[in-house]
Amino acid sequence: MRRLRAFAFFWYDFLVGDDWLLAAGVVAGILAVDLLQRAGHDWWWLLPIVVVATLGVSLGRARPSVRKR
Amino acid sequence: MRDVLLFVGVFLACLVEAVEALTIVLAVGHTRGWRPAWEGVAAGVAVLAVVVGALGPALTVIPISALRLVVGGLLLIFGLQWLRKGILRAAGLKALHDEEAAFARETVAALAAGEATATARDWYGFTVAFKGVLLEGLEVAFIVVTFGASQGSLGLAVGASVLAVVVVVCLGFAVRRPLARVPENTLKLAVGLLLTSFGTFWAGEGAGLSWPGGDAAIVVLVAVYASVVLALTAWLRGGLTVSSGTGGSVA
Repeated sequence: MRRLRAFAFFWYDFLVGDDWLLAAGVVAGILAVDLLQRAGHDWWWLLPIVVVATLGVSLGRARPSVRKR
Repeated sequence: MRDVLLFVGVFLACLVEAVEALTIVLAVGHTRGWRPAWEGVAAGVAVLAVVVGALGPALTVIPISALRLVVGGLLLIFGLQWLRKGILRAAGLKALHDEEAAFARETVAALAAGEATATARDWYGFTVAFKGVLLEGLEVAFIVVTFGASQGSLGLAVGASVLAVVVVVCLGFAVRRPLARVPENTLKLAVGLLLTSFGTFWAGEGAGLSWPGGDAAIVVLVAVYASVVLALTAWLRGGLTVSSGTGGSVA
């Protein structure tokens, strides 16, 4: 059981990494583009925007809060 | 152009991981002896070869659009992870990966594990070297296989990875010390940029998108993402100068 958990943790860490938001943002972006494409919208610009936004939000969460003195 | 970028991306990714693996192997070799270190390296390389050998042909039978969708998504996730870490390090919010410190840490751990007897196999040295090579190599193996299969250039990707490993091993033998002078974070940022750009392109193609300019869109994506990385790094650095009591590592 312990080995199974360690195995699962290894793959989670390998695929998802430090911030699950990155993986979630990428999956959501690809799904959105795929669905829009099936509906006849060739929105090629959407995926790069989702990628940049996801990275920005993830870094924003890691950014130290600005403290007021 | 796409082949050149693919070669550079795989080469740089392998270079970074090979430096990390070499650091562990050198620490084991210096402290536990070179026999268990080389045995661990050989076993790790053998397992990696099986992974590449099994995954490579298996991926070629999957429809190319489905493959590009999935592979593009995974490369995007990997690329963003590398970019996130690289930006946090460049902004001073995360410790730079110091190969000298890693070497010292592995050396102390290996010495603390005790001496192996003359007749017994040194399982500690073997296991540490094996794990180092296997874990560092697994991500590279995945990149090699997916890049190669998606582009139909597995040979080119394997060639780039082999060249990178040969370069690092030669340098390692030449200096006999961890390659601390390799600008690891810069390399990681470059690899992250290429993985993210290829990942975006392939995921889009897999979804059926028509990129303006065809393959040239990859170059545009690299340029756009590079600008974003510079802007985000400057933004985080600016935050550091405003805030007080910052520091420590960020996940």
